[in-house]
Amino acid sequence: MDLILVNLIDGLVTGLLLFMLSAGLTLIFSMMGVLNFAHASFYMLGAYFAYQISLYLGFWMGLLIAPVIVGIAGAGVERYGLRRVHQYGHVPELIFTFGLALLIEEIVQFIWGKNQMPYSPPEILQFTLFSIAGNAIPAYKIFMICMSMGIFISLLFVLTRTRVGMVIQAALSYPKTVEALGHNVPLVFMGVFGVGTALAGVAGVIAGPVLGTFPGMAFLLGSIVFVTIVIGGLGSLWGALVASLLIGWITTFAASYNVAMADILMAVGFEQPIDLSESAWRDLWSLTLPQIGPILPYLLMVLILVFRPYGLFGKRDV
Amino acid sequence: MTQALHKSTHAPQGGITLASAMPWIISTVVLLVIPFVFTSNSAITIMNQMAITIIFALAYNMLLGQGGMLSFGHAVYMGVGGFMCVHVMNYVEDYSLPLPLPLLPVFGGLFGLGLATIVGSFSTRKAGTVFAMISLGVGELIAACSVIIVVFFGGEEGVSGDRTYGLPFFGVEFLHQIEVYYLIVFWLILSALLMYLFSRTPVGRMANAVRDNPERAEFLGYSARWVRFFSFCASGFFCGVAGGLFAINYEILTEENLNLVQSGSILLITFLGGVGFFFGPIIGAIVFTLLSTVLSLQTELWQLYVGALFLATVMYFPGGLAGVIMMHWPAFRLGNARMLVLPYIKTFIPCLIGILGTAALIEMIFHLRHGAVGDEEMTLFWTTFNVHAVLPWLIAIAITGAAFWLTRRNIPEVVDAWHRANSLPGAAT
Repeated sequence: MDLILVNLIDGLVTGLLLFMLSAGLTLIFSMMGVLNFAHASFYMLGAYFAYQISLYLGFWMGLLIAPVIVGIAGAGVERYGLRRVHQYGHVPELIFTFGLALLIEEIVQFIWGKNQMPYSPPEILQFTLFSIAGNAIPAYKIFMICMSMGIFISLLFVLTRTRVGMVIQAALSYPKTVEALGHNVPLVFMGVFGVGTALAGVAGVIAGPVLGTFPGMAFLLGSIVFVTIVIGGLGSLWGALVASLLIGWITTFAASYNVAMADILMAVGFEQPIDLSESAWRDLWSLTLPQIGPILPYLLMVLILVFRPYGLFGKRDV
Repeated sequence: MTQALHKSTHAPQGGITLASAMPWIISTVVLLVIPFVFTSNSAITIMNQMAITIIFALAYNMLLGQGGMLSFGHAVYMGVGGFMCVHVMNYVEDYSLPLPLPLLPVFGGLFGLGLATIVGSFSTRKAGTVFAMISLGVGELIAACSVIIVVFFGGEEGVSGDRTYGLPFFGVEFLHQIEVYYLIVFWLILSALLMYLFSRTPVGRMANAVRDNPERAEFLGYSARWVRFFSFCASGFFCGVAGGLFAINYEILTEENLNLVQSGSILLITFLGGVGFFFGPIIGAIVFTLLSTVLSLQTELWQLYVGALFLATVMYFPGGLAGVIMMHWPAFRLGNARMLVLPYIKTFIPCLIGILGTAALIEMIFHLRHGAVGDEEMTLFWTTFNVHAVLPWLIAIAITGAAFWLTRRNIPEVVDAWHRANSLPGAAT
C-alpha cells in the first residue's frame, strides 16, 4: 500500500512534467497543424539556460529568466523558420522541426560539451518533506508538482476566461474569420508558439536538476511527448493531461513491480524448460515488467492509432 | 516541397530509347571501372557503404518522394532484413546448405517485405501526420525490442556472421572487399533499375497521384490506401535488400541499425539529395557519405555542419541538390547557360570563403572553450596559430565579413543573369 502511494507520487511528477511539454505541443499542433519535433529540444535549452543563469544569479532567477529566453527563441523559430517553410506544405514543416532538433542538440554539445552539467536543486528545497513507510519524499518533488499544477490552472484560466484566450480559441477553428475581424493571426500563432516553447522551457528548468542536464535529455523525452499527445488526442488539452498522467503512472508502476513473464506462464500452466539457453522462447521466459516498461507507451500509441485515431479525447482525426 | 514534388520526372512516352537508357549504361560502366581508379582499401570500403546507402535512400524515396509518406522509422525494415540475413548466413553455415552468398539479399528483401506488409496493413490508412506518427511508434517499438528479444536481435552486442561460408560462388569466396564491392554493385544496379521501373508502372504513377491529391485519385476509382500500401511494401522489400547487403558487407548488425538516429539520417540523406527526382537520393547518398567520412576525419563538429546544411536545404532549397541541378535545365535548353557562369563565379566563391570563414570561427570558439588546458595552438586550413592571440581572430572575422559583403553585393547580378538566361531571346523581360 505504501509502495503504491510512493509510486503514485512519482508517477504524478513524471506525468505532470510530461504534461508541461505536451500542453505546449498540443496547442501548437491545433493552431498550425505542425507537430513540432524540436519541442523537447526547447525543454533541453530551458535546462541549460537555467543552469547557466543559476551559476551567476541562483536557481530562482534561472526559473524566471530561462523560460522567457526559450520562449523568445521559439517565437523566433516560428517567425523566421516555420513561416517560411509553411508554404511548401506539412511534410517539409515536420522535416524542418526534425532538422532543428538535430541542430539544437549539436549546438548544445558545441557550447556545453557532452558531459552532464552539475545542475542541482536549490539549497532551500533540499530536505525531506515527509516520508511514507521509510521512503523519503524530497521537497523538490512536491515543488515540481505544485509548479506544474499552477501552470496548468493558469493556462486553463487564460485559455477559457480571458479575451486573449478567446481569440486563440477562435483562431484555432476559424483563422480566416478571426483575421477578417481585425486580429493579427500570424502574431497570435507566433505568440502561441513562443508560449508553448516557454512552457517546455519551464519543464526543462525544473526537470534539469532531477533528470540530469545532458545533451541526450531532449532525445530521451522527445518521442514520449509525441506519444502522449497522440494518445490524448491531438489538439486536446484535457487529453494531453490525462495521457501524460497515464503514461507517467504506467512507466513508474511498470518499473517498480517486478512481474516476471515466467510466473505468469507457469500460473497459466506452461512448464518451464529446464535448459533455458537452448530454447527459442527463452526471451519470453526471462521477460519482466520493468524490461518492457519503456516500450509500453509506444505500444499504447500504436494501438490507439490503429483502433481510435482520434486519441482518447481528440475531436478530429490526426 | 510540393512544388518540387509536382515537377517529378517526366516519363518519356513509348519504349526504351537510347537516350533514356544512356544514364544507366554510363553509371554501370562508371561503377565497374571505379575500383581501378581508387584502388585503396579504404576507398572501396567507402564505396561499399555508399552503394548500400544509395539503395536504402532510393527505397526510402519511394515513400517520401513518390508516395508523399514521411516515415520516421524506416531503418527498422533495413535493420530487420539485415538481421534476418545474418541468421540465414549462420543457419546455412551450420547445416551446410547450398545457398550461394549473392542470393542472400533476397531473403533480407523478403523479410523486409513481410514486415512492411504487416505494418503497412494498418499504417497506410492515412498519409501525412498519422503515417509519420505510426512509423515513429513502430520504429521505436522494434528498436526497443532489440534489447528484449535477444534470440533474434542478439541484445547489446548484436548478431554477427561469416560471409565466407560454404562453397565458393564461381570461384569467388568473398574474402576481399573488392569481391564484395562487385556483389553490391550488382545488387545496386538491379534494385535501382527495378525501383525505377516500379515508378513507371501504373502503381508507381498512381502513387504520385495519391501523393498530390488523394481525394481526386479516389474519385477516379483508385483506392488511395491500397496504392500507398503497395508503395510501402515495395519500399520495405528494397530496404530489406539494402539490409542484406549491409549484413554481407559488415557481417554484424546491432541495435544501432534499427534506432531513430539511423532512421533520421536516411531522411536527411534523401531530403538533401532531393525528393522530387528519381536520382536525387543517389546524389544525397554520395554527398552525405563523402561529407561524413571526410568531415568526420577533419573535425569533431561535423554533425553540426551537416545539421546546418540540412536545415538550410529545407528552408531554401526544398528540392534538394537534384532540384538545384534541374533548375538549370531550362537555361541549358535555351543555350544560355554560359551567361550564368561569370556571375556564379563572382558570387559563389566569396560565399564559399564566407562559409569556410564562419566554420573557422566556430572551430576556434570550440577550441577555445573545450581545448585541453595549455593547448593553445590549433591548425586550421594548413596554418598553425595561437587561439588565444587576437590577430587570428581579427583575420578570420575580417575575411568572413568581407566575403559575405562581397556575396551580398553580387547577388543582384546573379538574379539578373538568371532572369536573362531563362527568358527566350527577344522576349521582354
